[in-house]
Amino acid sequence: MSNSVSALNGASATGFATVRDMGLQGMITLRGDLSAAAIKNAVKTAAGGDMPSAGHISLSDAGSAAWMSPDELLIVVPYADADAKLAEITKGMGDAHHMAVNVSDARCMFAVSGDDALVREALAKLMPVDLSPAAFKIGQFRRSRMAQVPAAVWMADTGEARIVCFRSVAQYVFDLLKGATAPGSEVRYMAR
Amino acid sequence: MLILTCPCCGVTGEETEFHGGGEAHLKRFGPGSTDEAFHDYLFSKVNPKGVHLERWRHNNGCGKWFHAARDTVTLEVYGTYPAQTTQPPQSIKDAISAKRPGWSWREFA
Repeated sequence: MSNSVSALNGASATGFATVRDMGLQGMITLRGDLSAAAIKNAVKTAAGGDMPSAGHISLSDAGSAAWMSPDELLIVVPYADADAKLAEITKGMGDAHHMAVNVSDARCMFAVSGDDALVREALAKLMPVDLSPAAFKIGQFRRSRMAQVPAAVWMADTGEARIVCFRSVAQYVFDLLKGATAPGSEVRYMAR
Repeated sequence: MLILTCPCCGVTGEETEFHGGGEAHLKRFGPGSTDEAFHDYLFSKVNPKGVHLERWRHNNGCGKWFHAARDTVTLEVYGTYPAQTTQPPQSIKDAISAKRPGWSWREFA
């Protein structure tokens, strides 16, 4: 068995906030009718939380479920559990029309942590999204772009942002975040 | 810069989060139609100064297609509406009429 590692194998950089490759994360794409009971149960069994509302992510100890589009969810679980969880979902969904795929190795996740205002500011430099605490609360989930590539972002906690992007652009996104958090480049717009 | 609201996911984003998909409400002329109709379907697009109905895709977001009614001069967006329709809904027509009385776009007015 080969030794699986994430795209940047846990790389980190510290500027006015810390950027960190979160390592291997289990991610399952689940598409289907999100109003169906079967899919709600699947979310409950796989991620341990409730169905997220539009534009939100439901966070629980067992995992999280993010609302990607009106017919798509992203379920984040520990990497080692992804295949087992996928099997559970497929079994639970039964004959219901759906698609569930393990996309763990197609994606990567970053954490940006530090002072809340500075973390938000670093992301706001890169994304065309209002990331002020009033507009982007903990638990909200936003798919957008980070400079030139698609990325999704949410605040896991105060001063704890998470970013999901494609694995193929991991180095690019890491470099962007590293540049955006370079010491001395604080704008302090959010802190005012 | 356009500020569009995706009717599918409800996100309001700026233009670079979306991708324009050309003219809206095209009527397809395929096999069996005249050469002229097929030519017009492929190539004859309107390029109005003023009210325009377009298709857009939320490509850096939910990935869904939708329609937008906007003004090519002022870049004002009158509204967005779902892709699953062959004509703009009355609410969109009313929103345009409020700002541009007497507007017309192809067969719609």
